[in-house]
Amino acid sequence: MTKAQVKNNIGFKDKLHAYLFSHLHAFFSSLGRLVASPVSSIMTVIVLAVAIALAASFYMVVANAKQLTGSIEASNQLSVFLKASVNEQQGREFFRELQQHSNIQSLSYISKQQALQEFKAQSGFGAVLEILSDNPLPIVIQALPKDSLKDNFEIKALATEIGNHPQVDVVQLDMDWLRRLQAIMQMLGRGVMLINALLAIAVIFITGNTIRLELQNRKDEVLIAKLVGATHAFVQRPFIYTGFWIGLAAGLCAWLILLVLLWTMQGPVEQLSLLYHSQFDLLFPNLLETLTIIFSSSLLGVLGAWSVLLHQLNLIKPQ
Amino acid sequence: MLKFDHVSKRYPETGDVLTEVSFEMRRGEMAFLTGHSGAGKSTLLKLIAMMELANRGQVFLDGQNLNRLSPRKIPFMRRKLGLIFQDYKLLVDKTVFDNVALPLMVAGYGRHDIAKRVRAALDKVGLLGKEKKYPLALSGGEQQRVGIARAVVNKPQMILADEPTGNLDPELSQEVMHLFEQFQQVGVTVLIASHDLFLIKKMGYRILKLDHGRLVNG
Ligand SMILES: Nc1ncnc2c1ncn2[C@@H]1O[C@H](COP(=O)(O)OP(=O)(O)OP(=O)(O)O)[C@@H](O)[C@H]1O
Ligand SMILES: [Mg+2]
Repeated sequence: MTKAQVKNNIGFKDKLHAYLFSHLHAFFSSLGRLVASPVSSIMTVIVLAVAIALAASFYMVVANAKQLTGSIEASNQLSVFLKASVNEQQGREFFRELQQHSNIQSLSYISKQQALQEFKAQSGFGAVLEILSDNPLPIVIQALPKDSLKDNFEIKALATEIGNHPQVDVVQLDMDWLRRLQAIMQMLGRGVMLINALLAIAVIFITGNTIRLELQNRKDEVLIAKLVGATHAFVQRPFIYTGFWIGLAAGLCAWLILLVLLWTMQGPVEQLSLLYHSQFDLLFPNLLETLTIIFSSSLLGVLGAWSVLLHQLNLIKPQ
Repeated sequence: MLKFDHVSKRYPETGDVLTEVSFEMRRGEMAFLTGHSGAGKSTLLKLIAMMELANRGQVFLDGQNLNRLSPRKIPFMRRKLGLIFQDYKLLVDKTVFDNVALPLMVAGYGRHDIAKRVRAALDKVGLLGKEKKYPLALSGGEQQRVGIARAVVNKPQMILADEPTGNLDPELSQEVMHLFEQFQQVGVTVLIASHDLFLIKKMGYRILKLDHGRLVNG
């Protein structure tokens, strides 16, 4: 008896080695199992990859839109529309008056004539406008507030002040629509976050279900391992690794799907931005974002496996 | 080592299977468990292996009350046991080597240690050449001996064997029993459920006889 006990004693170093070995074993045997039944594994991985690619593309849409609004952000300028009755001379006079204003950084004057020409060029209504004897467009002065006036409230005060001049018809704050846009972006970002949370839950459940089926298939193995003294940790290890591999594979596939989507969109987006006379480069996921996709996908796989094992393992009797 | 104290077990489907069973086994003792089919032999062994819980009474193994053992401790308690099942319970998609290695993997032995011990165990049951085979490619008797090798590979303190010679010819049965005797001689407690009255009587160890769930001698 005592002889047997002495022989059963294992040193700490050996134990550590054996522990790592058992992890490595579970790590690779779970991969081996997935590769051995490729059809079902591939189907699961594709379903997961689509869900994760969906989440990632929502994210990229928002990131791209943010980039777009970011480039506009600088133009928080005021468009001052003068009354139609104000003529060029009075307009110029008012322009010089504004130049003295301490809170204005720069101004540009758009005469009735200029406004008309611009409108003709851009709208394509040139022929219609020819018929009009009078130029219906007002003089516009564009004013860029000083940088010290970044505060929205102060800019509004400046707008009201200018608006009080008798020559002025309306003052349009370009910032208004910018702020609205930003609010929309914020809403969009929040919405995408919620949808992505739902997709993450879906991923957890899909992996969980896959692991549950795998557990059913290997019930005998689990039972026998328990009977020869396996702990919960030992029994669940290969299944957790299965979850990890599925998640990892899904993450990599999702990343590829995302790249293909973005490449497909690149042409049309470039064309669109040309129509707006602007240079807009479609954002692709950077290294950090790529790693985030792959890491969080693996993590979700592990979570899915773990959440199922937590109660399913206890269902395999005996304890 | 082992103590049954007025143990009763009932299955909802079948009613009382064991009634008021009491006996003790000393460390290093060897005993046979007999009785007609359905007498409750396997059930008694399952109580010791913590595969079932007693409804009434207490089972003590190595000083521990199994009714009060926390689930976390069960695996470590089971490592003190070597179980041999009536239906072998081998993993058909694993080689003989891997089957026998399982208790060692579970207990955290290193690779070299495992290889050495598995070979030694297979040698003892006369299956050294078959370690790369799969269980289904073996005869019934060979599978049974793989199960025996798995039970003894971890040098357990107690061996519980359910019909370990059920599929063996008289000569092999004799050898397997001799193997159990060898373990008993180095201090392992051995409890064997068996029908083979002729063999049991010949060996001359203590006999526990069950009759409809009651211990009639012991
Ligand atoms: N899991 C179970 N659920 C319900 N009844 C059971 C269960 N296991 C065993 N029984 C019943 O308990 C009784 C004893 O069974 P057990 O397997 O202990 O007999 P045994 O002595 O090992 O018989 P054998 O010699 O045929 O193996 C039988 O009547 C059986 O029907
Ligand atoms: Mg039986």
